[in-house]
Amino acid sequence: MDDIILRTISRLIIPFIEIYGVFIILHGHVSPGGGFSGGAILGTSLILYTLVFGVEKAQKKFSHKVSDIAESGGILWFILIGLVGIFVTGYFLTNINAGFPIGEPGLLLSAGMIPLLMIGIGIKVASTMITLFHTVIEEAHHGSA
Amino acid sequence: MKKSVILLIFFALFILLVSSLFTMPIENSVFAPSYNATTRYYIENSVRETGAINLVAALITDYRAFDTLGETVVLFTSIVAVVSILRVSKKTKGV
Repeated sequence: MDDIILRTISRLIIPFIEIYGVFIILHGHVSPGGGFSGGAILGTSLILYTLVFGVEKAQKKFSHKVSDIAESGGILWFILIGLVGIFVTGYFLTNINAGFPIGEPGLLLSAGMIPLLMIGIGIKVASTMITLFHTVIEEAHHGSA
Repeated sequence: MKKSVILLIFFALFILLVSSLFTMPIENSVFAPSYNATTRYYIENSVRETGAINLVAALITDYRAFDTLGETVVLFTSIVAVVSILRVSKKTKGV
């Protein structure tokens, strides 16, 4: 879509959407939200970028290589944090007993492994949304050409 | 004939389901089966045991973290399936 109004407004609004998504991911343990909803907002902002600026430009920002790393990285990060529990206490995905600092409830830096897991889930969900969209759109391009 | 029998069976099922609906406990009732010792335990102890004041986050990423890992694996599997079928690469260009 080559429209100057659309491009200008998107360029203004996309950073705010992404900041809001990161905010929701990082505040998952103190306010409503979390990895799934924040990741969905992040992925939506990237989908908006693809819709406005086209697949070629979006591929430069978020290529297949980056999406591969984000996809497998999110889930491996989750399992890695679970393995910390195995090595310390013998139980998978243990929070406080595995030595994660609990902090003061209500602050940003609290709740042990919960924010870390939220970051992994957020990366995973965002990259899943954008990869699905890119893959389907590229397939449509390729099929019509 | 066949149609009326089917209609009759469906109507009987409808009556059965609606009548069982009225015996269900209303929401927020203290006697609802979902409000049991587990609920009270989570409400009373989750902040002390996890440090998260968001009870939903404490549930899905601490008490039920293994379930959340399963959900993430579902996402991963779906994306692997879609990409393995649909991704356009240089090898598949001639096909």
